[in-house]
Amino acid sequence: MTLHPNAEKIQAQFPDAFVSSKEWRGDLAVTVKKEAIIPVCRWLHDDPGMDFDYIVHVASVDYPEDEARFEMVYEFYSIRRRQRIRIKARVTEEDCAIDSITGIWKGANFMEREVFDMMGIRFNNHPDHRRILMPDEYDEGWPLRKDFPLAGKGWRDTFEFITEGSHKKTK
Amino acid sequence: MGVGGFTSEGGLVTTTIEQAVNWARKGSLWPLTFGLACCAIEMIAAVSARYDMDRYGAGVFRASPRQSDLMIVAGTVCRRMAPVIRKIYDQMPEPKYVIAMGSCATSGNIYNSYAVVQGVDRFVPVDIYVPGCPPTPEALFDGILKLQQKIMKQKVFIKSPILGATKI
Repeated sequence: MTLHPNAEKIQAQFPDAFVSSKEWRGDLAVTVKKEAIIPVCRWLHDDPGMDFDYIVHVASVDYPEDEARFEMVYEFYSIRRRQRIRIKARVTEEDCAIDSITGIWKGANFMEREVFDMMGIRFNNHPDHRRILMPDEYDEGWPLRKDFPLAGKGWRDTFEFITEGSHKKTK
Repeated sequence: MGVGGFTSEGGLVTTTIEQAVNWARKGSLWPLTFGLACCAIEMIAAVSARYDMDRYGAGVFRASPRQSDLMIVAGTVCRRMAPVIRKIYDQMPEPKYVIAMGSCATSGNIYNSYAVVQGVDRFVPVDIYVPGCPPTPEALFDGILKLQQKIMKQKVFIKSPILGATKI
């Protein structure tokens, strides 16, 4: 028994959505079109031959030179079948949104919020679409994008909560 | 026993009220638990049996700022945590002291990042800086002993303006 399912099986199931697949050191990564992320994930979750019941993580990568700049990375694991798979989907900067998979795995909720917070990719039909690590009022942009300055844009050095006379004794 | 260099003769202790007050203050520091990162582990070790910070009268850690007069900021200070630290500092009763424990609380350390404050002294006044990454319990003790020396030099009955954090 291999540690991941056949890429051909996925390609046969979704001939239009399949883009490419790559096996590296025993891990299979399948790239699909972002429009098909819901049917692909639904099938991986529901099909008895796939049975990916556990969502390991949701992440994103920024490739500034590429045409489709962002890449969503999902990793699923089947606890019963002990198999692992990585699904990738490219997202462009102009249409920076992808369907949320929280309807399939509830655990994707916080992880998608983190991707939104750090990379600025929006998730359609997300039940709680807010930032998760940075404050709600944070307005410097998306910190993990490659064009974001390392030290930020000045927010870390502004302390608006120190008001004039706040150090004085209160009566 | 002498206090502040004065020797006792015939069961008498002569000293100044100022020194007596400072002596009482320095021997009864009540630290506030403010562990933010790995430095907190060393701080916990410093309080525990092996190192026993209670020897310096600073062993009773409080979870409430109202009952503390020493805030040991131990760890990396994220900008999102900064208003909380400032609020807790403001809630502490006077006289109050702050120790910046470790490189992160002192200067931000290697974390030149959009989210990390480059030193806790940007928004609260700091009395003692303890270097190290993380500092050993011995280093923290050195900071506490230095703070005690500083307390002994303070003027108790002369009103001086309380220094707030400087705006940057």
